[in-house]
Amino acid sequence: MTSQTTTAYEKYYVPEKSRLAICATIGLILSIFGAASIMNDMTFGDPAQETSSWTIFTLGMLFFLATLFSWFRTTIKENIAGMNSAQLKKSYVLGMFWFIFSEVMFFFAFFGALFYVRVLVGPWLAGEGEGGRMNGLLWEGFNFSWPLVETPQEAVGGAGAQLIANNGSFTGAETSMSFADAHAWYLWLPLWNTIILLTSSFTCHLAHMGILNGNRNKFNLWLGITVLLGMTFLCVQFYEYYEAYEHFGLTLNAGIYGSTFFMLTGFHGFHVFMGMTMLLIQLLRSVVGGQFTATDHFGFEASSWYWHFVDVVWVFLFLFVYIL
Amino acid sequence: MGDHHHGPAKGLGRWLFTTNHKDIGTMYLWFSFSMFILGGFFAMIIRAELFQPGLQLVEPAFFNQMTTLHGLIMVFGAIMPSFVGLANWLIPMMIGAPDMALPRMNNWSFWILPPTFLLLASTLFMEGGAPAAGWTFYAPLSTTYAGPSVTFFIFSIHVLGLSSIMGSINIIATVMNMRAPGMTYMKMPLFVWTWLITAFLLVAVMPVLAGAVTMMLMDVHFGTSFFSAAGGGDPVLFQHVFWFFGHPEVYIIILPAFGVVSQIIPAFSRKQLFGYDSMVYATASIAFLSFIVWAHHMFTVGMPVAGELFFMYATMLIAVPTGVKVFNWVTTMWRGSLSFETPMLFCIGFLILFTIGGFTGLMLAIAPVDFQYHDTYFVVAHFHYVMVAGAVFSMSAAIYFWLPKWCGRMYNETMGKTHFWISFIGFNIAFFPQHFVGLAGMPRRIPDYALQFADFNMMSSIGAFIYGLSQILFLYNVIATIVAGKPVSDPKVWDGAEGLEWTIPTPAPYHTFETPPAVK
Repeated sequence: MTSQTTTAYEKYYVPEKSRLAICATIGLILSIFGAASIMNDMTFGDPAQETSSWTIFTLGMLFFLATLFSWFRTTIKENIAGMNSAQLKKSYVLGMFWFIFSEVMFFFAFFGALFYVRVLVGPWLAGEGEGGRMNGLLWEGFNFSWPLVETPQEAVGGAGAQLIANNGSFTGAETSMSFADAHAWYLWLPLWNTIILLTSSFTCHLAHMGILNGNRNKFNLWLGITVLLGMTFLCVQFYEYYEAYEHFGLTLNAGIYGSTFFMLTGFHGFHVFMGMTMLLIQLLRSVVGGQFTATDHFGFEASSWYWHFVDVVWVFLFLFVYIL
Repeated sequence: MGDHHHGPAKGLGRWLFTTNHKDIGTMYLWFSFSMFILGGFFAMIIRAELFQPGLQLVEPAFFNQMTTLHGLIMVFGAIMPSFVGLANWLIPMMIGAPDMALPRMNNWSFWILPPTFLLLASTLFMEGGAPAAGWTFYAPLSTTYAGPSVTFFIFSIHVLGLSSIMGSINIIATVMNMRAPGMTYMKMPLFVWTWLITAFLLVAVMPVLAGAVTMMLMDVHFGTSFFSAAGGGDPVLFQHVFWFFGHPEVYIIILPAFGVVSQIIPAFSRKQLFGYDSMVYATASIAFLSFIVWAHHMFTVGMPVAGELFFMYATMLIAVPTGVKVFNWVTTMWRGSLSFETPMLFCIGFLILFTIGGFTGLMLAIAPVDFQYHDTYFVVAHFHYVMVAGAVFSMSAAIYFWLPKWCGRMYNETMGKTHFWISFIGFNIAFFPQHFVGLAGMPRRIPDYALQFADFNMMSSIGAFIYGLSQILFLYNVIATIVAGKPVSDPKVWDGAEGLEWTIPTPAPYHTFETPPAVK
């Protein structure tokens, strides 16, 4: 059945030994232990421990990030030293592709929750359909509308209304983030953010064209603009959150509308931050290190795929969270 | 890069810093076995409490922690990592690759597991005890009414998910990119096929589980209302998100077991696997269907009738590709020149008992009937026939089958067969009566029961102790084999075994296929 291959085979580089995995493990486990302790201190109350929890979390995170830095540095060095065969490079491509696929599925869970609540749960709580019988028993007087301003708990005015779900300050549809409620289109921040992010995807593509043509200046310029647009997006989103909390009374506690709004846009914003950081590192690699050639620039390519993925998620967010 | 032909490093560093797929596979297997013992120990506590009606040994709150941790540890700590260990050992050897595609990440995928389970198990000693909402941790039990341990549990699940996703990406990249020249997809051993599809399922659904526990985290600590109807959310939303992960998870556990059985039955039938192509298509069909059947776990939550009907029929459809598989295995044995070494015995045990588990699954799939069975011991019996007699039996078969290849020593056949028969008998004594008490209405996850169930429960406990003890024999046999088993050196340990892994020397050298073989 088998014999040795006769055709030339470029050896697949298998690193001999590595401390990276163990260091990354230590950092990660300390981080999650610290983060869980911080949250428990916050909710179940033991302020005395908070300092130590924060210390564990911070040290763990710093160690984790330092390990990641070292890990990427090692792989970049290996590539520059010519140890990566074409086959190994394909493994990296596959790895990045399936990683992005897993990220898509993560967002899928939150979009699924949004659709389920808007299409089924809301009407049921308001007494419609087969799930509607509970309305008369538990939530009499609740009417469903989206954005959900008055939660079921507020509708029945139960004793826990101040504690559970919506502190009462999120009062009117005109203060939600929906397009229909904006006073004027040019004051509507999500529209500007959409323009910014779509443009940045385009400039990222221009940067890619630049490096493919071997034009480093063009690459650096367009990549720099992309990073700046990413930062602008985050600033606008930060301002939007500030407005929501300070002026609209729209918070994480404001019932299911606030829950889905902040979780979807918040995780997206976090991914924008990660993608921007990735692109920034590629920019530094090019500007400071002079790395990347027309044929070998996978670090940038992978980051750009991530950036386009973040962009596509935003399009869906814009449609389902802000417009519809 | 250095010289690739030397052996492993010495000391602890070999295991901590390794990038070798065989070392990592070994670590996964030993880790999963230790989790199997721990989860089994919890099961023994459960069965000891249920030996007689009334409360004898443990408090109800502790009983809940036991059922929860037993499930979590067996699913995430024992079964899943054991098959990842098998994949690590076998996939590169089966497709003619020098190692896994991304070796350092491979090591990381393993090493984040032990501290995470340590963290999860340590919640037993926390104030308020370990998570107690069942391995399915339904809201609001796991949110509104949970103690501080739930936070550690949530982050543990995040890390386990990370491990699974990285492991799966590695397997997908290995299978898609590292096959030897001539090893086309439709020539791959079925174990590689089932793992490729399993890895795809893992990458698709572990992030959804991460989403579910993230929503829990936000509900517990940051005041969101995902699972609270008072704020406009819905506790049932949790069940939908969880089971969108949870049902594919069932196939994540059983598909690699199908792969193992599809390797072993042909070897001891001395025939080629019957219907290879249909096996591949059946596996893919099962994976596809697994995404559209999740709510059959939730027939009693008050879904609209249209939903009940859809999920009922979709679930029944799974019987078709599963039936294809069962008939193919039987047909492979038909007119084969059979011999009954321990791996074959476990596979035949698998075939019979898994089929019983499949049939009870069909019974549970019938929505109106499920209203009677839901959350009774009938369900417990059903999924233990699939998880234990399915996944764990096939895992035992795999260990007996490939262990001689790995360490160059043959296990004790008499002891192996004894292990099989005690397991087989103990398992059936433990779980067959649970069908009856379940049909008669005994609810699961309750430490006490009505007197009418006493006899069957006592039988069940005795069977469980027998099954538990038989695993000690297994452990002894494996260690005795590695330390002092009869040496074997024939590359083809089993005369009927086919595949690339049987062409390399026995025991398998530290590095294999550094230059790929040509497959014709």
